[in-house]
Amino acid sequence: MWGRGRCLGSLRRLGNAAAVLMVAGVSGFPVSAHPADGEDGVRAAAVPAPARQQQLIHMVRHDCGSCHGLTLAGGLGPALLPVALQGKPVEYLESMILRGLVGTAMPGWEGLLSEGEARWIASRLREGFPDER
Amino acid sequence: MSVKRWVCTLPLVLAAVSAYACPDAPPRGTGDLGLVVERAIGRLQLVESTGNTVLDGIEGLGDLSHASMVYGRDGRFAYVFGRDGGLTKVDLLCRRIDRRVVQAGNSIGGAISQDGRLVAVANYQPGGVKVFAANTLELLAEIPAEYGEGKRAKVVGLEDAANSRFAFSLFEAGEIWLADLSDPRRPQITKFKDIGREPYDALVTPDGRYYIAGLFGEDGLVLLDLWHPERGTRRILNGYGRGEQALPVYKMPHLEGWAMAGRYAYIPAIGRHEVLVIDTDSWTESARIPVAGQPVFVIARPDGRHVWVNFALPDNGTVQVIDTETRSIVHTMQPGKAVLHMEFTPRGEHVWLSARDDDRVLVYDTATFARLAELPADKPSGIFFTARAFRIGF
Repeated sequence: MWGRGRCLGSLRRLGNAAAVLMVAGVSGFPVSAHPADGEDGVRAAAVPAPARQQQLIHMVRHDCGSCHGLTLAGGLGPALLPVALQGKPVEYLESMILRGLVGTAMPGWEGLLSEGEARWIASRLREGFPDER
Repeated sequence: MSVKRWVCTLPLVLAAVSAYACPDAPPRGTGDLGLVVERAIGRLQLVESTGNTVLDGIEGLGDLSHASMVYGRDGRFAYVFGRDGGLTKVDLLCRRIDRRVVQAGNSIGGAISQDGRLVAVANYQPGGVKVFAANTLELLAEIPAEYGEGKRAKVVGLEDAANSRFAFSLFEAGEIWLADLSDPRRPQITKFKDIGREPYDALVTPDGRYYIAGLFGEDGLVLLDLWHPERGTRRILNGYGRGEQALPVYKMPHLEGWAMAGRYAYIPAIGRHEVLVIDTDSWTESARIPVAGQPVFVIARPDGRHVWVNFALPDNGTVQVIDTETRSIVHTMQPGKAVLHMEFTPRGEHVWLSARDDDRVLVYDTATFARLAELPADKPSGIFFTARAFRIGF
C-alpha cells in the first residue's frame, strides 16, 4: 500500500507509519545481504543491457531531473550527487526509487522500472551518475 | 555646451550607444518573437511565429533544466531564471545576453512587477526571494523564507500582484507571503500561515485579483483575494480526491497558465487522470473531466473555447484538447516523445509544442490540428512568446 507515491486521508496517516518502518528496515540491510552482487554492487544477472542503460541515463537526467535537477544537484527533491548519498546503501536507494517515500513528493517508480534497473541506477548514483552520450 | 561638460557626458553617450547598437539587426518589432529553452545545453532559440522559423541561438545560460522566463514591458528583454540560480537578461533584438548574475544556488522561477521595474526570483537554495532592478540586475532586496527556528523553505509559485507586490508560497512551511516592494529596498511582508501542506505552485487569475496555490500534501487549493488580503486565505476544493488513493506523481503539475473559459477555470488534479473545473463565482468544483493521464499543463487557447492538456510520464507523448462548451475531449494526439510544454501564439491560431525526446519543436494549427512546422531543437522544454509581457501573472 505504501509503495504507491502518495496516500490520502486516513491512508496517509497509515502510510507515514509504514514509511518510517520502510526507511528503518531498508537502510538497515547489510550490503552482504545480496551475495550475488558484483564488486560494483550490481547483481550481474539483473544488469540492464547497454541500450537500456542509455535510456535509463536519459530518464534519470531528464525525468528524475525535473525535481532533482539535470545535474542532480537538487531542486524540489534533494541532491543525488555521490557526496549527498554517502552512507545510504544501494539497497536503500533502490527501495526509495521503486517505492518512493510517503509523505514526500518522491513517487515509487516500480511501474516503470524493474528491480535490476533501479539497482543499477542506485549504484551509478553512488559513484557519480554518467552523462548522456 | 562647454568642452568640460561634453567630456563628462561622453562616457554616458558611449554607454548608451554600446547598449543599443546591434549593427547587424534590421529594425523590427518583437511581438511575434519568442524564446525556446534548450534545457540540457544552456541555450535559447530565438524564434518567430509569423513564418515559424528559428532566427538565432543564444548560448551561455548555464543549467536550464526547469528554466522559465518573464518579459520586460518593451518586449525586447527576457529575464531567464535558470535552475542553477542564474538570472540572465536576454536582448531579443540584439540576440545576445545583455547581462547575467548567478544569484543563488538553486532557483525555480520568477516574476516581473506590474511597472516592469523589478524582477523577483524564487529560490530553493537558499530558500527565499531576491528582488533585482530590471534594468541593471542590481540586487535590491533579499527576503529569506524563514520559518520555525532557523529553517528556510523552498519558495514556489512566485507571482506578480498589483502595486509593486509579489505573492509566493513556502513549500515546507505551508505559508503564503505577500511582499510589498513599493520601497524596493524595504520590503513589507504579510504572512499567511497554516494554509495547508506543501503548496507546490501557484497562479494569479488573469485580472490579477486572486492568488491560488495548489497543495501537494493535501487535496485542495488555497485562495488569497489580493483585493482583500486582510480577509486572509481560504481553502477551496477541499478533498477533491475523495479519500481515494492517488497515483504516483512522476511530474509535478504546473499551475501557471491559468486556463479560464468564461467564469470557469480548468486546473490539473494531482495524482489523478482528471482536469478539475472550478466555478470562479462560488469557488466550488463544477465538474471533473477524465483525461488520458496525469495532467501537467492545462492551458486555455486565448479565446477560451479549447483547453489543451499535456501529461506526466508514462503518458507524456499524448496531448488532449477539451472543448469548454461540452467539457469533453474533442481531440487526442501523439505529437511526439515527451511533450513538455505548450505555448499559444498571442491570438491562439497556432500552438507550439516542445517534444523533448524527439529534439523538436512542433507547430500546430489549433482549428484543424494540422501540423504546420517542425523545428529542430536540442531537448526543448519551455516555449515563451513575448506576448507574455502584457499578461498579469506571466
